This record gives sequence, structure tokens and C-alpha cells, in this order.
Amino acid sequence: MSGLIGKKIGMTSVFDASGKNIPCTVIQAGPCVVTQVKTIENDGYAALQLSYDEKKEKHTSAAMKGHFAKANTTPKRKLVEFKHFEEAKNLGDVLTVEMFNEGEFVEVVGTSKGKGFQGVVKRHGFSGVGMGTHGQHNRMRAPGSMGASSWPSRVFKGMRMAGRTGGNRVKLQNLQVIKVMPEQNLLVVKGAVPGAKGSYVIIEK
Amino acid sequence: MDLIKIVEKEFAAGKKIPSFKSGDTVTVSYQIKEGDKTRIQKFQGIVIQKGSQGSTATFTVRKVSDGIGVERIFPVSSPFIEEVIVNKRGSVRRARLFYLRDAVGKAARIKEKKFSK
Repeated sequence: MSGLIGKKIGMTSVFDASGKNIPCTVIQAGPCVVTQVKTIENDGYAALQLSYDEKKEKHTSAAMKGHFAKANTTPKRKLVEFKHFEEAKNLGDVLTVEMFNEGEFVEVVGTSKGKGFQGVVKRHGFSGVGMGTHGQHNRMRAPGSMGASSWPSRVFKGMRMAGRTGGNRVKLQNLQVIKVMPEQNLLVVKGAVPGAKGSYVIIEK
Repeated sequence: MDLIKIVEKEFAAGKKIPSFKSGDTVTVSYQIKEGDKTRIQKFQGIVIQKGSQGSTATFTVRKVSDGIGVERIFPVSSPFIEEVIVNKRGSVRRARLFYLRDAVGKAARIKEKKFSK
């Protein structure tokens, strides 16, 4: 596996060679700097820590300043660890969007948009209980019965109910790379990507 | 610069269609694929709305065919649009002419724009 950290820019649609209108998401990916190489001898597992997005020095703690100085780079906002990285990388190496090729499939990880406290219809796809008419008025989006009668006489743990929705880590698999633009560090993938505009995403392949 | 515009520019085919507004009468020549044959279909009507911006821009053309209203939405940057001809400039007071759907007879007409010399 190999990957990059990026930022979701927004969506648009383009026409391909056969005239099909393709919805696509524009991601600004990289350049990412390797800020730490974790090894089995040192840390008990092998991983690569990548950093992305410039940050002001005055907003960086002294400890983090030292961490970035070790990799000989400027302070960054986002640090992500990648396990099982394909190629061996050294401290301070810069990874760019050129690692992706047009036409190949990638996985994109992001944090979905928060929806607040939502009922079971939106949150779990329940279909509600009753109708709007025929003597009922508040059953359209109700969860219905939660448990039976004498047994179990309680509600099972893990019963799907209303609650905070969205804001989870979501991974989308098999998004096709439509275009790679190395001058602007842009990556255009087919389809939607979790999260709001400007939120961080991880692109893996 | 807006990064999305940079991407849209990269994909732009460079084909230009003439500028027109809501209320104008246009003829759109559209490529239709039937099996392995292609032919061109012409669609003439009044532009009742222009939507979106950049490479996702569209325009809606309305015509009345045998007494039945037909509306068609064309993506501006679609490669299937062969050409767009502006037949008439219309004088209208709004950007979205949805009132034409309910208008019958004389009310459904659009006055042609007069250009002073």
C-alpha cells in the first residue's frame, strides 16, 4: 500500500472521450513529507508518518518544532501514519501526487459531514411505522417496538436508535483516478468523497 | 485561482457556443447515436433557463410540439452539441421563464428585442 494526505476541494463534472458526463471530486493531494519512519526494532511495528499542509511556526509547540526539524522541514498541520507502505522511504522524503496514475483505482478516507441528532429513519434507514392518515398522526418516522413482552422484558444492547449521526471515519473503495495534475498537486477522482469542502482526506492505493 | 476552474479548464474542449439569454429562440443541433450510426437532430425553441456555471453549465429549451410542451436540458460543454444557432433575441423581464408553461395563446409569445440604431 502507498498513500497521500490531501484536502477535498469540491466537486464538478467533466465529459470523457465517449461523451459521458462523469461526476468527479477534485482533491489537492500532497506534497507530503516523511516526518518519522517507525521500525519494528524501535517501535514494535513498521509505519511511515506523513505530514501535510503548512502551519505557522508560532502556532507550533516546541516539541513539534523539534519533530519537524528532525525531518528538515517546516511545521505541518496534519500528520498521518501509514502502515505497510510499499516503497522504503527515508526521513525528509517528499511524496507528490505523481505516485498515482490515470485510470487506476484508489481508496479515499475522510470524515463524513456531521448531521447532528437524527431519528432512526435517517440514521439507520428504518421505514417508519404508520401512515399520515387513518387515525394516526405521529407514527410516520417512529422506530416501532423495541422489544417483546414477557421475554426478554428489556431492550437488547446495541438496539439501533436515534442519536448523533455523521462525523464518522468513512472509507470509499474503488474510486477511479480521472486526472493527475502535478503542477497544482491536484487529483481528480470519479464520484463523491466523504466530508466537507476543505476537510482532510487520505488517499490510498 | 480557483482550483476547480483549473480542472475544468483542463477538460474544456475549446468549442464555443454563441452567447444567448433567457427568452432567445435557439436551434440546437444535437448528435444522436443509434447503434453505430450517428445523426443530427435539431431542436428549436425558447431558452427558458440557464443553470450552473463553468463546465457544469446547462440551458433549458422549451418548444410546443403538436400542442404538447417539450423541454430539453442541454449541458453547454457536451461534446454531442454540434452547433447552436440564435434565431431570435427575445425581450423578457426575468431570467427563468417558467410562466410560459402555464401561458396559452398570446400570453405564451415573447416579443422580439428591438435594437436602436
